[in-house]
Amino acid sequence: MVYESCKGYGSETWIPLNKKTAGNDHQTVHDEGKQNVLLRVLRGDMFKKTKRSFSTFSVPVRRWTTVLDALIYAKEHSDSSIAIRFSCRMASCGSCGMIINGIPRLACYTKISELGYDTVTCEPLPNFPVIRDLVTDFQQFFNHHRHMEPYIENQYPVPREEALSEFKQTPRDIDNYLQFSYCIKCGLCYSACPTVATDTKFPGPQALSQAYRYSADNRDDAEKKRLDIVDNRHGIWRCHFAGSCSAVCPKGVDPALGIQLLRSHLMSISKTPKTLADLRKIDDDKD
Amino acid sequence: MVSGNIQNANSTFLRESTVMKIHYITGLGALFVVAVHVMMRLVVPFSTSLEYENVINNYRILWYALLLEIILVLISIHGFNGLRIMLIELRQNAMWEKFVTIFTLAAMLAVIGYGTRTIIIANGL
Ligand code: SF4
Ligand code: FES
Repeated sequence: MVYESCKGYGSETWIPLNKKTAGNDHQTVHDEGKQNVLLRVLRGDMFKKTKRSFSTFSVPVRRWTTVLDALIYAKEHSDSSIAIRFSCRMASCGSCGMIINGIPRLACYTKISELGYDTVTCEPLPNFPVIRDLVTDFQQFFNHHRHMEPYIENQYPVPREEALSEFKQTPRDIDNYLQFSYCIKCGLCYSACPTVATDTKFPGPQALSQAYRYSADNRDDAEKKRLDIVDNRHGIWRCHFAGSCSAVCPKGVDPALGIQLLRSHLMSISKTPKTLADLRKIDDDKD
Repeated sequence: MVSGNIQNANSTFLRESTVMKIHYITGLGALFVVAVHVMMRLVVPFSTSLEYENVINNYRILWYALLLEIILVLISIHGFNGLRIMLIELRQNAMWEKFVTIFTLAAMLAVIGYGTRTIIIANGL
């Protein structure tokens, strides 16, 4: 058996990692619960402007091996130059988003055994500029998010600090926005959105659902401001309701629902009662 | 810092939500009037409904001519705004947006003007 070494970018390289299973190439081999999969990684560097191509690695996996584990294994044992971004390894930081077998997913949250294929293909997220390999540039995405003023705003000074400094919300008040607050800003919905693909000024499902999240919070009274921000030619009205954002979200957020609810607020069909924000206003007026 | 190509203010003549309200209302309205228009074909045998004499007679009935004018206006507004929406998504610069808006508005007025002229001429006015 001849072991081929990694040739780097620009070539389809096949790297046997495990001597025991190398002879089987990328065929599945059962070995005390361990099997080998073929990991294909789309490589490229925006600075070197190299032509993008796949590098291929054979990685031993077990039932619990995630795509991120496999990528780290390939990086440690075969080619340390593979560029990936990760941090928490538990679907909390939102760093490891990529296209895995054609669908935007979190690498740390995707078990290879659940994919059901012995070839795993990893590509960088579309709708984001690629920096290198699987690492994409989130600047525009975060700018859209920031533009929505994603924080609780209350323009009125607290008149009676002791009476209003603690905001008590009922479970129903929380239900209005809770699911949207689970967003980890991984960008999977943004990468799946067909409108973002053609219109870079479109804020995207993540930013729009966050605009709804804060507008639906009864501690906030900046809804009008946020509605003004999203109500423009490239704003909320450009959503075609494809629904792919909600289909790919790893945290169970339904950004498409958030967009439709925010639209209904814009059309004055529905409204979130702002009891707490109103209370502040009334108190302020009295003083 | 918000990057330069994120639209900040609504510096347009009509707010987008107002335009979209018009879009939805004209869409629903068109659905209704076109349904009436299509059903009117069934008043006379379908084969003769599109004969020259029949069509000209339709124009001469005032309420029917009015219905045709309403269809023309609703469909033109709805259709050309739809076209504007599609074209605006293609490029993200102020010049293009302005061009698309003016172009679709002009085309819409031209179609409404030409259609109205047809209705007036067919009425023998
Ligand atoms: S809504 Fe879901 S998919 Fe979109 S950024 Fe947030 S967690 Fe990720
Ligand atoms: S590494 Fe944090 S979400 Fe995957």
